[in-house]
Amino acid sequence: MVFETVAKIIAERIDCDPSEIKRESAFRDLGIDSLDIVDLTMNLEDELGIELELDQKVETIGDLVDFIEAKQE
Amino acid sequence: MNMENKIRRVVVTGIGAVTPLALSAEETWKAMLEGKNGIAPITLFDTTDYKAKLAAEVKGFEPRNYMEKAEIVKTDRYSLFGIAAAQEAVDDSAILGKIDPDRLAVYFGSGIGGITAFGSEHEKLLARGPKRVSPYFVPMMIANMAAGMIAIRFNARNAALPAVTACASGTNAIGEAIRAIRHGYCDAAITGGCEAAITPIGVAGFVNMQALSVSEDPDAASLPFDKRRAGFVIGEGGAALILEEYEHAKARGARIYAEAVGYGSTCDAHHITAPDPEAGGASRAMKQALDEAGYTADDVVYVNAHGTGTPLNDKSETKAVKLALGDKAKDAYISSTKSMTGHMLGAAGAIEAIVCVKALSEGIIPPTINLTEPDPECDLNYCPNKAVKADITLAVSNSLGFGGHNACAAFRKL
Repeated sequence: MVFETVAKIIAERIDCDPSEIKRESAFRDLGIDSLDIVDLTMNLEDELGIELELDQKVETIGDLVDFIEAKQE
Repeated sequence: MNMENKIRRVVVTGIGAVTPLALSAEETWKAMLEGKNGIAPITLFDTTDYKAKLAAEVKGFEPRNYMEKAEIVKTDRYSLFGIAAAQEAVDDSAILGKIDPDRLAVYFGSGIGGITAFGSEHEKLLARGPKRVSPYFVPMMIANMAAGMIAIRFNARNAALPAVTACASGTNAIGEAIRAIRHGYCDAAITGGCEAAITPIGVAGFVNMQALSVSEDPDAASLPFDKRRAGFVIGEGGAALILEEYEHAKARGARIYAEAVGYGSTCDAHHITAPDPEAGGASRAMKQALDEAGYTADDVVYVNAHGTGTPLNDKSETKAVKLALGDKAKDAYISSTKSMTGHMLGAAGAIEAIVCVKALSEGIIPPTINLTEPDPECDLNYCPNKAVKADITLAVSNSLGFGGHNACAAFRKL
């Protein structure tokens, strides 16, 4: 569920099909830098209805999904 | 670098523009010759509580024609206009691949910078707290970012500098680029200006300083040199020129529109917003540019006036033209294209330089539209209402900014 939301938001941003976003996709390879990750996290806060203060480095989509899922628990 | 201290010639090899009249330089020029008016009711925000209801907005602009969605979300409207204009000018010049990136500069002005981002992010701060301010806020807002993004886009690795001299920004940017090429610091420059300040806080500020016309009639609002004039109409957009060292342009077979032959830059040192009523600073800027251009009494001169339509500007600018040209002032062709584009602020000088270049190359001068009630204090030839055919030899563009900045750029046929 979290993964699907993250994939959807990133696909919207970089104009690709959500199916192209994989757990192991690296942000760098998607052309997403650290500012973009902060911005996308704000969008995810609205989408998921939780507060997300990103306090760790995330390299891949999976890292971000794990971070969000840990916050949800 | 040539160390003989020889002055190198500078020519215009590309033009581009996004204006309230059209989305390209050529279409804007055609609209001007037809005397089209780009002014209409403001659509960018609700003006219910505003005294000023009109603006010259850019219409039908599609950022996706210029960049990817991911880039658009982190680019302020002012930079979008600058990048779009620069793209057209660069394409027009066909210079890419023909110049060493280390010798390609960017001099690109903006009066204000990203005031759209400033407004929207400040609203987020108030509504949702500091955690919700965009990480792109600072790069979107800062007034050098159009220059920076243009440099990135075209791999221009020489100087990349903004001019931030309010309404003189576009002309100051062009003038500084002329100097940099002349004196050998670079071989070409992407230069011009961009602005997008038709925002709730932008318009509120200009209204309260009593700078804007509060007319609700688009054909009786921006009234340069007319007796009824009562303030400017805010405009927006971007305009860009490729300036290039003459031998460099010739060697690559570039199309040359005109030669950039002079630049004047002064300050009134008088008042933060009001022009010096004696027009000392503005006339000195014009004289500097005319001197560099080798002006003589035989020249047939076109002055693209700053001509904002504020009571003070048009009167003192008329004085400046008289001081600079003396007895010949009455023979000069003068027009204010702001009657059609509104006041594009930091982009104004750039589109008006393009007007000078086109007027020289085509021998026709765009009019000052809606000029129907002459003012005895503005008693020169402002080319009212209809384009005028004239074989001009020298065209100068005046830009005068809050802060007392005066800039003048001069062009000749090659």
